[in-house]
Amino acid sequence: MEHVFIVALIIGGTALLSLPLGAWMKMAMDPAPGQMTGWTSLFGRIGGATEEQGWKRYLVTMLIFNAIMFTVTFTILGLQQYLPLNPDGMGPHDPTLVFNTAASFTTNTNLQHYSGEASMSYLSQLAGLMWLQFVSAATGIAALAALARGIAGRASLGNFMIDVQRASFLVLLPLALIVAMLMVLMGMPMTLQGSAVATTLEGVTQTIARGPVAAFLTIKQLGTNGGGFFGPNATHPLENPSFWTNGLAMIAIMLIPMACVWMFGGILGRMKHATVIFAVMALFILVKITGSVTFESAPTPAFAELPVSTDTGNLEGKELRFGATGGPLWAVLTTSTSNGSVGAMHDSLNPLTGLMPMAGMWLNATFGGVGVGMINMFLYIIVAVFVAGMMVGRTPEYLGHRIEAKEVRLAILALFSHAFLILGPTALFAATSLGQATVQDPGAHGFSEILYEFTSAAANNGSGFEGLGDGTWAWNIATGVVMLLGRYLPIILPLAIVGSLMAKRRAAESAGTLGVEDATFGTMLGLTVVIFGALTFLPAAALGPLAEHFSLP
Amino acid sequence: MAQHQNTSIFSAELIGPAIRDSFNKLDPRQLIRNPVMFTTASVALLATVLLVRSIISGGDIAFEAQIVFWLWLTVLFGNFAEALAEGRGKAQAASLRSTKAELKGKRVKGDTVKVVPASELRAGDIVLVETGDQIPADGEVVEGVASVNEAAITGESAPVVRESGGDRSAVTAGTRVISDWIKVRVTAEPGEGFLDRMISLVEGASRAKTPNEVALTVLLTGLTLIFLIAVSTLPAFAAYAGGSISIPILVALFVALIPTTISALLSAIGIAGMDRLIRFNVLAKSGRAVEAAGDIDTLLLDKTGTITLGDRQATDFLPLSGVREGELIEAARLSSLGDETPEGRSIVELAGAGETAPAGAEMVSFTAQTRVSGIDIGDRKIRKGAVDAILKLHDFDQGAVRQIRTLTEKIARTGGTPLAVADGTRLLGAIALKDIVKAGIKERFAELRRMGIRTVMITGDNPLTAAAIAAESGVDDFLAEATPEDKLELIRKEQSGGKLVAMCGDGTNDAPALAQSDVGVAMNTGTQAAREAGNMVDLDNNPTKLIEIVGIGKQLLMTRGALTTFSISNDVAKYFAILPAIFVALYPGLDALNVMGLSSPQSAILSAIIFNAVIIPLLVPLALRGVTYCPQSASRQLVRNLGIYGLGGLIVPFVGIKLIDLVVSGLGLA
Repeated sequence: MEHVFIVALIIGGTALLSLPLGAWMKMAMDPAPGQMTGWTSLFGRIGGATEEQGWKRYLVTMLIFNAIMFTVTFTILGLQQYLPLNPDGMGPHDPTLVFNTAASFTTNTNLQHYSGEASMSYLSQLAGLMWLQFVSAATGIAALAALARGIAGRASLGNFMIDVQRASFLVLLPLALIVAMLMVLMGMPMTLQGSAVATTLEGVTQTIARGPVAAFLTIKQLGTNGGGFFGPNATHPLENPSFWTNGLAMIAIMLIPMACVWMFGGILGRMKHATVIFAVMALFILVKITGSVTFESAPTPAFAELPVSTDTGNLEGKELRFGATGGPLWAVLTTSTSNGSVGAMHDSLNPLTGLMPMAGMWLNATFGGVGVGMINMFLYIIVAVFVAGMMVGRTPEYLGHRIEAKEVRLAILALFSHAFLILGPTALFAATSLGQATVQDPGAHGFSEILYEFTSAAANNGSGFEGLGDGTWAWNIATGVVMLLGRYLPIILPLAIVGSLMAKRRAAESAGTLGVEDATFGTMLGLTVVIFGALTFLPAAALGPLAEHFSLP
Repeated sequence: MAQHQNTSIFSAELIGPAIRDSFNKLDPRQLIRNPVMFTTASVALLATVLLVRSIISGGDIAFEAQIVFWLWLTVLFGNFAEALAEGRGKAQAASLRSTKAELKGKRVKGDTVKVVPASELRAGDIVLVETGDQIPADGEVVEGVASVNEAAITGESAPVVRESGGDRSAVTAGTRVISDWIKVRVTAEPGEGFLDRMISLVEGASRAKTPNEVALTVLLTGLTLIFLIAVSTLPAFAAYAGGSISIPILVALFVALIPTTISALLSAIGIAGMDRLIRFNVLAKSGRAVEAAGDIDTLLLDKTGTITLGDRQATDFLPLSGVREGELIEAARLSSLGDETPEGRSIVELAGAGETAPAGAEMVSFTAQTRVSGIDIGDRKIRKGAVDAILKLHDFDQGAVRQIRTLTEKIARTGGTPLAVADGTRLLGAIALKDIVKAGIKERFAELRRMGIRTVMITGDNPLTAAAIAAESGVDDFLAEATPEDKLELIRKEQSGGKLVAMCGDGTNDAPALAQSDVGVAMNTGTQAAREAGNMVDLDNNPTKLIEIVGIGKQLLMTRGALTTFSISNDVAKYFAILPAIFVALYPGLDALNVMGLSSPQSAILSAIIFNAVIIPLLVPLALRGVTYCPQSASRQLVRNLGIYGLGGLIVPFVGIKLIDLVVSGLGLA
């Protein structure tokens, strides 16, 4: 009962909170004429341009901006040993690691092949990484706002430079400030002083890493970034001091992705449609949570021979304060939303529990990353509308936009790229020493470790299954490239779809057109997500988590 | 055409040639048009090469050979479906072609008449067609009147009248004059006539993929690529697990997963949809037009003949006060002599016998623009026509105008159509015409409304009459006192609101509207201009058919969508058949995924690939006939089709594969 209560509280509570936030995001990102004019003109002056952009201009501006983000961070990380704000004297990084990390944070992935507290200067953490946690998230929100404007039938997609500032200053920053305050009140460190040195009861001298944790952590959760200040992420006691910070963090993980759906509906002026999408996403999340919490309530086989009580479920790799429910719940939330912060050791999850986070990243649209999760769902919507549209006896239309060969080609290309970016490199690394030499466990579990790493990179999630020696040049470069492609293709292609839709005459809606506001459409959308999103990965799942599960004694 | 209407889908005369054609269609140049089937054929070829290698080196040939056999059968079944769909059209084309080959024309040049083969006739030539002759080329009647039997084109044996001038001047090659003679100006160059177009249509030769078909092909090809990744990465995954998967098995898995079912049936569905229309005696000039028919939002229906029984009959003569009834009747009769419309004739009929038009009198015939007919006897100008058109002719006495307005309103309010009669500057009175609304039309409109289609009645009547009939028939809207320009304007307005509009028409003045509308159905009796402008021709000249045409268009798309859903849903069961079979050697525990309890790995793979092949011929009747279509709202339609083809697609293969497995293991095939 306690599990159900916690899950209901976190999911239900976040869903409720997401409603007002969604309304605010609609107003902040896409103000009606006369609203927020002061902010708009201010952002226009800072951004240097206010002109309305077509999809190509919008996209190019965004890509240039992201290229600058990458370059700045690459430079800071590469030169951190010469730069200030380095009280602990962190040394230089390997160049492939700098590439990987810059790519990781630019793409809102935050896959970490390093331990922050052991190798990053405060300048790297704050000016390099934390800055990217804001602007990469803002990029995603801006892209979604642009997409929604196009579908809503506006003449242009807006202006990227204005949008990215709106997302940063009107959405992310105020929210981060509130949550960070609460976190500090709950005992999270926030300091620019170097590590503390303490003498333990045994008389041993211990160095305790600390720093501006609260600021870093808050945006890591809100922006579906997930990159921890500390290597162990949210399992580190200073990054997650109590039951309450744990709960608040989980709410922060889900909040903006959920609100993005409402913002999408708000810009379209179709809240009922948004409700159906929200319900489909929520259903997938609930299935995954139910699965993971149930599978995790079974004891781990590792303890089978040991004289310990196992009636509390699998406690291996868990933060004992949060028990066997908190860990898997967090695992599902963080992977459903492309967040990637971890609240338990995913490597230690029971095999089928470990399948749930992977499934979340394969779909990558059951709320998904801020902005981009909804954009990914848009791809499934295009496919669902196409097939369902024919079944009602009409040329398929989505909200009056005719879906034809060009749109289908772009949507299927985006879905294909996701499968390709996960399965292709996994095959390469699984079949060669590039991956085989780096896995910690033999057999199916080791395969899961490789599969998970590329899944996480392609989905821009950033969580690690761990148990993988992923600090090699091969891993750094491969996951870096996968992250970049996995980030930008699913933004470029959907915006190209919208560009194509905008160029066509819009059809009128009637009782004969496919409704996108009822349970039937929701069912069709759900089926499409399962068949187009999940079935592709079934063979890989069979050889990883399923093989491991059925091999258990 | 009529003689082919009863040919059943599976008659022996069609199946034989279709089987032969399935092999001809293995030609890669033909296969490439369908990327999924081309892929299937390619991997079947790969498996065949490997089989040959196995035979030489000696391996487990029996199993491999069976896989190769079923892979090729999958391709052949797809070809067979297409060949069968084309077959019926080919038979029709053959009989049309024989008609065409025999055609000869009597070309008139000056005073000489010379018999030449039809292929030598050029546009602009004049030919003479006499009793018993076949009309050699499409054209317009320039002289004479004849009754023509058009059964060769329409299947309708009752002859129709063709005469010069007016809206009944178009004649079609291959039809036969059964009485009198006409001179025809040829309008079509050889090879571009109606008959030629029909031949290529029924044969499917000029069949280009429709936009929706192209989009679906893209989706299916994309899905094939996705499964190519899923399958081609498996050897690497297996290598990690310290095992390997043989290529024939990978090929089997790949072919089972890619959407072969819908791809195999795709072109058959399109051809069959076109064929349904042809057997319904409607010729669509392109597959695109058939699809557009399913998308129609607004139907413009001519009142006469579609909503009402057609010919309005004159029922009453209503003289103004101070006018003798006899005088009105006589004037009405005289002025209607030049009006060949059914209404005009009914007035003459109701007026009864009377004097014929005096010699030297000039008839003013009725046109859609003036909406007035009449007669000039010396200086006396008698006119009859639509009330406002008559009132515009002259500045009549105000009292009389008031009176005629009261009369016409009274007629209009009861759903009748008033006409006014004037003799020179004197208004005489009104004629009441009565429309009879067709039985059952109200229910049809309600049906259309549920499907989200708006119906607009087009009529030349005044607004009051139109409103009364609109209310009686349940049509959504009406356009009264419509001129061809109004019609065009209405279509443009609807289209700018994002709506697709369908209409039918027959006159030359309908041509612009027919061309502007998204689906324009021209009546076969109509003028050449109308037939050129529309994108469909109705051989039966029945405007009510517009409603069924929409249904046929919807059914075509629904069949495509339903079979796509079925095909894709099948993958779930196929995964559960093949994956455990492949992986059980690597991880014995994965036998737990063998939920169907298939007898052995080899039997499981074989059963899945057999199911994948035989489902194609089993679905051919559905593809050719189309899924059951009943008019209802989009959301009910979706619930129904998703339930049958989505859920069915999930369940059927589980049962089918299990049954095939029982047979396969029972026969000891694997």
